[in-house]
Amino acid sequence: MSSNMTDTPDETLIETGFEVEADRTHEQTDTEAILQSENLSVNYGDEQALDDVTIEIPENRVTAIIGPSGCGKSTFLRSINRMNDRIRSCAVDGELYFHGKNVYDDDVDPVALRRKIGQVFQAPNPFPKSIYDNVAYGLRIQGRDDEVDLDEAVERALRGAALWDEVSHQLDSSGLDLSGGQQQRLCIARAIATDPEVLLMDEPTSALDPVAASKIEDLIDELVEKYTVVIVTHNMQQAARISDKTAVFLTGGELVEYDDTATVFENPADSRVEDYITGKFG
Amino acid sequence: MSTETQSESGISGDDGLESAHEANRRIRRLLFGCAAVTVATTVAIFLVLFDNAASYFFGARVSEILFAGDAFERTVTFIEFFTGTRWAPDHSTPAHGVLPIVWGTLAITIGAGLVSIPIGTATALYLSEYASTETRNRLKPILEVLAGIPTIVYGYFAVSFLTPVVVDGIARHLVDPVGRGVHAVGTALPGSVEIRNAEVHFGDAVVAAGESMIGITVGRYSMLGGILVVGVMTIPMVSSISEDAMQAVPDELRNGAYALGATKYQVSTRIVLPAAVSGIFASYILALSRAIGETMAVTLGAGFNANLTANPFAEIMTMTAYLVSMARGTSAVGTVEYQSLFAVGLLLFLMTLTMNLLNDRLKQRFQEVYR
Repeated sequence: MSSNMTDTPDETLIETGFEVEADRTHEQTDTEAILQSENLSVNYGDEQALDDVTIEIPENRVTAIIGPSGCGKSTFLRSINRMNDRIRSCAVDGELYFHGKNVYDDDVDPVALRRKIGQVFQAPNPFPKSIYDNVAYGLRIQGRDDEVDLDEAVERALRGAALWDEVSHQLDSSGLDLSGGQQQRLCIARAIATDPEVLLMDEPTSALDPVAASKIEDLIDELVEKYTVVIVTHNMQQAARISDKTAVFLTGGELVEYDDTATVFENPADSRVEDYITGKFG
Repeated sequence: MSTETQSESGISGDDGLESAHEANRRIRRLLFGCAAVTVATTVAIFLVLFDNAASYFFGARVSEILFAGDAFERTVTFIEFFTGTRWAPDHSTPAHGVLPIVWGTLAITIGAGLVSIPIGTATALYLSEYASTETRNRLKPILEVLAGIPTIVYGYFAVSFLTPVVVDGIARHLVDPVGRGVHAVGTALPGSVEIRNAEVHFGDAVVAAGESMIGITVGRYSMLGGILVVGVMTIPMVSSISEDAMQAVPDELRNGAYALGATKYQVSTRIVLPAAVSGIFASYILALSRAIGETMAVTLGAGFNANLTANPFAEIMTMTAYLVSMARGTSAVGTVEYQSLFAVGLLLFLMTLTMNLLNDRLKQRFQEVYR
């Protein structure tokens, strides 16, 4: 898979279409939906970012969200863990269910919600603390401060993020001393340390070089055994390589196609999607 | 390459470039001259202080000792200066122990720090992390106005409000709510007892302070009054600079913490505060340096009586208050009490210098850890 790493959306793509990984195509038995949105609309002031999105995201699968810039991909991601709450002008309409519970209900505490739904950001954002303290942060704020317990959890998370072998001897050094790719895996370790159910990834490889990016992609393959992954990406090859389901948003925040990744890339129902993935626009 | 080709190429020294180079040099000299003014001033101040302070200790200025070979006669010994517990250079039986006024300065500085650091830091956290953008935009200018009020105005604020109302209130209602010991407190605060009994108002208090400034009435001053006024005065300094430092913490860090399920309080205390710590410390040091060097407000708040006491209701004198009291001009040039000004000034200079160096050290240290 990593040999297939290429950032060239050139003629070959248009001619041959996308290669969807073989092992993904036969995995298509749908699991139960863990996340579900119903008529979800998001506005920033007068500007509509999401338009009436209804979607079901299956558990323990990788769901990719693709689309041109400004189509509402990141907004959708942020509305899942209510990080949109931090943006004052943001108004959410409609429902978003996590395990059947609308996260916009009044009795939902966004703090508790975010402990179940972790997020990895576009640019690696480790805290200016040691590697150990970065990973332990989420546990400590939940009041877990037993040292043995923390040591175990930190090691488990770093192993889970395929970073343990590289940093086990320097847990006390600053997270900022790591390379970009390592920093991003540190952020993944930080996010999985608290054992969330869902991992939201907002273009997690766009700030990384191809080698570091392919490591993250390999990691996502492993993560999905334990977590549900929702990944926003600009990179269509990446979506084709790593996802089971693909949702295509187009300008105006409209969800125009949502299906198994193979179907979306090989036989899209909507002609606009075909145009988009073959590079005619976007 | 011959000289002719150089001329043709237009880069030889003969044409316009030469004068451009000359202009460049002139501007450089001019700018250097301006920069040198401040350096020269600092050096000159230090030398004047040092030279005059020498006459306080050695009976003759350094320049006199060196060039005129004047008598080397000790007036005030270092031992008396640094260990004596009575400070009254202008008294009929003079005493030259600097400890009471050093203590006065330290008490005000530490006390003011205890007021301004917690309140200022909390204000900064509120503005940076909790307040909405509109609230912040409205409050921050007000804070900055507070920082720009002349210190003499703060001084009268102390005389007319902090001492008669707040300090007096603390003494009456907190320290001695039953009222038995008020007289004991009151004797340390004769002025405020008068004010209390006579129920005088704003204008009267100012008049009374005016009298005390020319030395007729002593009292109505207290360590606590000085601490409060300097504390209040330095809050905007702490909050404004700390808030700038907190605002400079990248939002990605906050997002990272919020996404892990951190509460606002946890993000503030465990992410923002540590990441902004070098700027926050700088604001503390700046506020403390200001407290050390503060003159008018502290003089009107704490008074002119060099008591070596821990009683917060007692009148004390800071080093700056001593300097300003001597500025009334009753001491003749060349007398020991005149020279004492320079000794105290030099000591004050060294104290603020130490604070500045400490500030640099702290900044460097925390920048290493947190980038």
